[in-house]
Amino acid sequence: MKKMQRLWTWLAGCALMVAALPGMALAAGGGKVANVVVVADTRKLDGILYWWAEMYNESHLFFAILTMAIIPVVGCILGWLADVVMTHMGIDLRHRELSEK
Amino acid sequence: MDWLYILMPISGVYIFWPGLVILGLGVGIIGGFFGMGGAWMVTPGLNILGFPMAFAIGTDVAQMAGKSLISTMRHGKFGNVDYGLGLTMLVGTIVGVEVGAQMVMWLERLGSVDKVVRWLYVVLLVLLAWLVFHDIAARRKKEREARAQNKELDHAATGVDWATRLHAIKIPPVLHFKQANITCSAWLPIFVSFFTGWLAGILGIGGGLIRMPALVYLVGCPTHLAVGTDLFEVAISGLYGTASYAYKGRVELLAALIMLCGAAIGAQIGVVATKYVKGYGIRFVFGLAVIGCLVSVLCKLIEAEFPAWSWLLSPAATIDVLGFVTAISLYITVKMVQGAKAEIAAKKNQPAAN
Repeated sequence: MKKMQRLWTWLAGCALMVAALPGMALAAGGGKVANVVVVADTRKLDGILYWWAEMYNESHLFFAILTMAIIPVVGCILGWLADVVMTHMGIDLRHRELSEK
Repeated sequence: MDWLYILMPISGVYIFWPGLVILGLGVGIIGGFFGMGGAWMVTPGLNILGFPMAFAIGTDVAQMAGKSLISTMRHGKFGNVDYGLGLTMLVGTIVGVEVGAQMVMWLERLGSVDKVVRWLYVVLLVLLAWLVFHDIAARRKKEREARAQNKELDHAATGVDWATRLHAIKIPPVLHFKQANITCSAWLPIFVSFFTGWLAGILGIGGGLIRMPALVYLVGCPTHLAVGTDLFEVAISGLYGTASYAYKGRVELLAALIMLCGAAIGAQIGVVATKYVKGYGIRFVFGLAVIGCLVSVLCKLIEAEFPAWSWLLSPAATIDVLGFVTAISLYITVKMVQGAKAEIAAKKNQPAAN
C-alpha cells in the first residue's frame, strides 16, 4: 500500500515536472532573457575557441547539448580533484559528528 | 597586463579572468556552506565584470549547476542529503515556480510588476532576517533558563519549533524521510516547496535563499541536512536552466568553466566548514547574509525612486554585496582552516596516546 502511494506520488511528480519545466528555467536563471539575436564574431578567434564559436553559430541545439554534457562532467572532475587534495591534507571527508540540529 | 584579460568567444567581450576565479571561489564557499545557488551575488558580479545582463544570467545558471553538483556530492558523502525529501519537494517547487512565473506575466499586464516584485523581496528578506534572529534569541533564552535550573539544554533543542506542530497534521500519504529522520504528511514538503517555488518564480531567483530556512523551520530538517538537500534541488533546477539558457544562446561556457575552477575549491571549503560549525552558527551567519542582501536591494529601490542619488547608491549596493560576500567567505574559510587544523592535530596525537 505504502509502495503504491509512493509510486503514485512519484508518477504525479514526473507528470507535473514535464508540464511545468519551462518555469524552472526562470527560477534557476533569475529572470527573463532579452530577445536579441546573437552571432559570435569568429574573426579574432583561433583553435578550439574558433571551433566553439563556429559551432555556436551553426547550431544552438548542439551547443546546448555539449554545454549540458560539459558542465556536470567538469564539475565532477573538479570536485573529485578537490577531494583528493583535501584527503591528502588529512581531512576526513566521510564522517561528521552532528553537533546539533 | 593583457594576459589578465581573456576574449569570450560567444559574447565577444574581454573579461578579467582572475575576477571570474575569485567570484567562483566566493560563491562556492557561500553556496556550499548555506545551500544556495547564489544568483543574487553572481549575476550582478558578472555584469560588473563586463558581461551583458543576458549572458550574466545564463553563465550564472551554468556555473551554479556545476558548483551545486560538486557541493551535493560532498554533502552526500557526509550524509547531509535526503534524496527522497529533495525529490518530493521538487514536485512542489516546479509547480510553484510555474505559478509564480505566470503571476509575473499577469502583473506585467497590469503594469505593476516592478514595484510588487521589489517590495515583496524586501518584505521577504525582512521576515527571513527576523525569523533567523528571533529563533537564535529564543534558543539562547531556553539555554539561560536551563542553566538557571542547573540543567543542560538538549543539543537538539530549537528556538522556534513550528515543524513539530506541522508534523502532527497527518494527511495521507504519511512518509518517513530516513536521512532527515522526519515522519510527516507528504503534503507538508510539497506545500512548503510550492510556496517557496512560487516566491522564487515571482522574484526570479533560484530559491535557495528561501528554501533553506523553509526546510529548517517548516519541514523540521536539521540545519546541515537542509543545506545539503537544498543544494540537491539547486543542482537539478540549475541543470535544466543551463539547457534552457544554452539553447537560447546565452551561456558563455568558457567563463562558467573558469568560475568552476574557483567554485570547486570554494565549494569544498564551504561544505567542509559545516563539519566544524554548529547548526546555530550556520543560521546566525545566514541571517547576516540575508541582511547584506536586504541592504543591497534597499539601495537599488531607493535609487529607482531618487535617480539623482544614483552616483552614491549604485556603488553602495555593489560595495555592500562584494563586502558581505568577502567578509562571510573569509569567516567560513577561517572556521574551516581552524577545524581542519584541530582535526589533523587530533589524528597525529592519537597514535601517541595509544
